[in-house]
Amino acid sequence: MTPSDSPSPPRTWKKPPFIANPVIRYGIFIVAAIYLVWAFGSLPFNWARISEGLPRAARIFSGGFPPSLERYELLLTGFKESFQIAILATLLGVFLSIPFAVMAARNIAPMPIYVIGRAVIIISRSFHPVIVAILFVAAVGFGPLAGILTLTLYSIGFVGKLLAEEIEEIDWGQVEAMRAAGAGYIATLYYAVFPQILPRQVGLSMYQLDSNLRASAVVGIVGAGGIGGTLMNAFGRYDYDFAFAILLVIIAVILLSEGISGWVRKKIW
Amino acid sequence: MVDHAQQLADRVWHRYDRKERLIRYAVLLGTLMLVFWAVRDIDIFWPWVWDAPNQMSNLGARMWPPSAAGLSNILNALLETVHIATLATFLTIFLALPVAYIAAQNTTPNRVCLWLGRFILVSSRSVNTIIWALLFVAIFGPGVLAGILAIVFRSIGFIGKLMGEAIEEIDRRPVEAMEATGASKAKVVAYAIVPQVMPAFFAIVILRWDINIRESTVLGLVGAGGIGVILQGAIDTFAWPTVATILIAIIILVLIGEAITSLLRSKVL
Repeated sequence: MTPSDSPSPPRTWKKPPFIANPVIRYGIFIVAAIYLVWAFGSLPFNWARISEGLPRAARIFSGGFPPSLERYELLLTGFKESFQIAILATLLGVFLSIPFAVMAARNIAPMPIYVIGRAVIIISRSFHPVIVAILFVAAVGFGPLAGILTLTLYSIGFVGKLLAEEIEEIDWGQVEAMRAAGAGYIATLYYAVFPQILPRQVGLSMYQLDSNLRASAVVGIVGAGGIGGTLMNAFGRYDYDFAFAILLVIIAVILLSEGISGWVRKKIW
Repeated sequence: MVDHAQQLADRVWHRYDRKERLIRYAVLLGTLMLVFWAVRDIDIFWPWVWDAPNQMSNLGARMWPPSAAGLSNILNALLETVHIATLATFLTIFLALPVAYIAAQNTTPNRVCLWLGRFILVSSRSVNTIIWALLFVAIFGPGVLAGILAIVFRSIGFIGKLMGEAIEEIDRRPVEAMEATGASKAKVVAYAIVPQVMPAFFAIVILRWDINIRESTVLGLVGAGGIGVILQGAIDTFAWPTVATILIAIIILVLIGEAITSLLRSKVL
């Protein structure tokens, strides 16, 4: 018998689908399609205004190029303030994140304290910094103070969460050794817990400084100080060449700070 | 004769040697100087700082109790927020994947494409969502389209970067096997690369969706749709009990988003 007249017809191989069950697979497609149509249909698009977009975009970009650094003093003041907000907020946030992280670590905090610590971290992470910023602007007025308070809260949420996870993963032997030697709670924290999380905390602080610098550029949009306010004003006054110059400098500063913080973290870890 | 035992007992244990200590002190001093400069130079009216706790408890008192009036408005705006986030995440997929493909070392067609891809990713990530929104509101006018585009432009960098890294980490052998059988480029992508990055893809998209829900809550502050619009309206009219309701609604939305995300992730990974 030659291969050509073998009884079975030539078989073709088919790629196994990612979701094996066909009902679920097609069900997901159909649900997704219905959702997309519904969501798209329910959103209030202002098509008349949108159709003016392209000529407007052309006007904005031709107005924006070349970017103008004529009012570089305003730019420098804005950046200096953003930088100061980021430094102070990082410092405050990182210090305050330590007690909240200790509270929110299941292995060293008693249950009621743990719940409080977690709640603080969850609430401060739920809100976008810009929302927090408008609340602080409403409470303490326009200016960098509102920005510092906002970013401090933001840092507590982020650093506190990661630090709490780090504390939950420490080597328990050192804590037991300290306790066996009769050390108190504070001494145990100071000598057995903190040394284990310190490198991580320094790395997180650098990351947070970088992240706060980014965020400090946007809290200004709602009046909480820094370069964002300058940017918002430039947009408001149709001063697009200055706005584009600010945007370019923001991108450059963020790339630089990302580079520096990445380098420092690589050195530490 | 020297008393060796005594000498050993007198030795003091140091955690760091001299050079390490000097570096530590230098870093500490540098940080202190930076903080000192920031505190001195920043434009803060200090009496406001001491008054801040008062002002904040005052604001908190004005917000309590949250008012249930206008709840259906708030729920509609929340739904709009979710739609913006979901549609934007969905649109981003189509734009981010080609960018990820050309920005990954092992799949990029040539060096020009590699650098073009990297440039798109970096510029997308350096500009905050709310700044993208500012730009798109200027172009397309206030409304949801500006919000969707802002989130799309910010998410391209995020999804593209992480997908690019996932593509760079694939196992080369299936690719080589396919190429050895003479498969076309499209088939190599479909059968050797896509199946390997599929789980990473879903995990990244789900993660970004969660982030986008948070981001879309603030778009309205610059006029780009979602719950931020009515939040801004409530703050501008000093309707503090309504503000409290909106904030609680945002927390619940974010927590639901996080729950859905972790459920989906546990199914995918």
